[in-house]
Amino acid sequence: MRTPNRTQAPDLSSAPAAPDTGLLRDAAAIAAAMIAVGASFGAITVAYDLPLWVPFVMSSVVFAGGAQFLAAGLLAAGNPVAAVLAGLLLNARHLPFSLAVAETIGPRPLHRLIGSHLMTDEVVAFTLREKDPHRRRRTYWLIGVTLFTSWNLGTALGVLLGGAAGDPAVLGLDAAFPAGLIALILPSLRDRTTRAVALTGAALAVLLTPVLPAGLPVLAALLGLLVLFLPARRIKAARGREEGALVQGRGEES
Amino acid sequence: MLLASILVLALGTYLMRLSGVLLRERLELSDQVQRLLPMAAAALLAALAGTAALMQASGFAGVARPAGVAVGALLAWRRAPFVVVVLAAAATSALLRLAGVR
Repeated sequence: MRTPNRTQAPDLSSAPAAPDTGLLRDAAAIAAAMIAVGASFGAITVAYDLPLWVPFVMSSVVFAGGAQFLAAGLLAAGNPVAAVLAGLLLNARHLPFSLAVAETIGPRPLHRLIGSHLMTDEVVAFTLREKDPHRRRRTYWLIGVTLFTSWNLGTALGVLLGGAAGDPAVLGLDAAFPAGLIALILPSLRDRTTRAVALTGAALAVLLTPVLPAGLPVLAALLGLLVLFLPARRIKAARGREEGALVQGRGEES
Repeated sequence: MLLASILVLALGTYLMRLSGVLLRERLELSDQVQRLLPMAAAALLAALAGTAALMQASGFAGVARPAGVAVGALLAWRRAPFVVVVLAAAATSALLRLAGVR
């Protein structure tokens, strides 16, 4: 564990450009999982008897897995207003994500317009794992484009295969995604303050899930930031300030 | 109505994704607030992982899924490669289900 008050040379420069084969391999793994889950989304819309264009339009213009499953169910039940509201509530977390990755996407207007659409939980997690700004940017675009492609490919496969695409739970994919997220955020959790904030937020979200509508429990995790205002943490936060963003993504040694 | 509601959902989602990207440089954030942004993202991602691992709708997710995630998390903590983490988590819960454990 790092001692926050020790002066330490920032090791930005020495970060050897780790071979990107690692990143490509990770991208391939997540793409395979996205194809399988996308296929189950496509298949579900067929099972719901929604028009054939629905999954394609949703996967390309909404491009948010959780919201798509939720909205498709509500649309099939003949409740379009609920579908929109529930989907938007579930996607509200993209606003804080958007602030967090704004600098990574960069200043060019075209990049911002396209890059914003590629924003998903997994892209943000992959991006925040990286510390070096160049690697961050490359990671954002590589993972973003990979996920968009594989999600839409999977959706098409699911529509074609119909029921044969099956339930993602049979393949254990429902466990693969949370496990993947945990692997991606672990490096940031090696920072003590971030860990306190994140674990408090996660505990709040789990406890609130039975009582709040989908989407709100995850947003409630932002209340985890309140641990920074506990007296002991406040001092640490002030000390850590000089380190700034360096604290993030410190697990790169792994 | 169907197309309209999908487009409204898409537009709303896109605006939320875009707004932070556009607002970021207009907001003059102090260093301390800037430091909160990755922490906020980490809290949201941890909450997503936690709820997805443990909960199904508004109840508990059973045994197979949390067990698979736990195996993956343990491997991640031991610094196993991402691919290994994801495959081990999926395989564990798939095999548990095959054995009749829900």
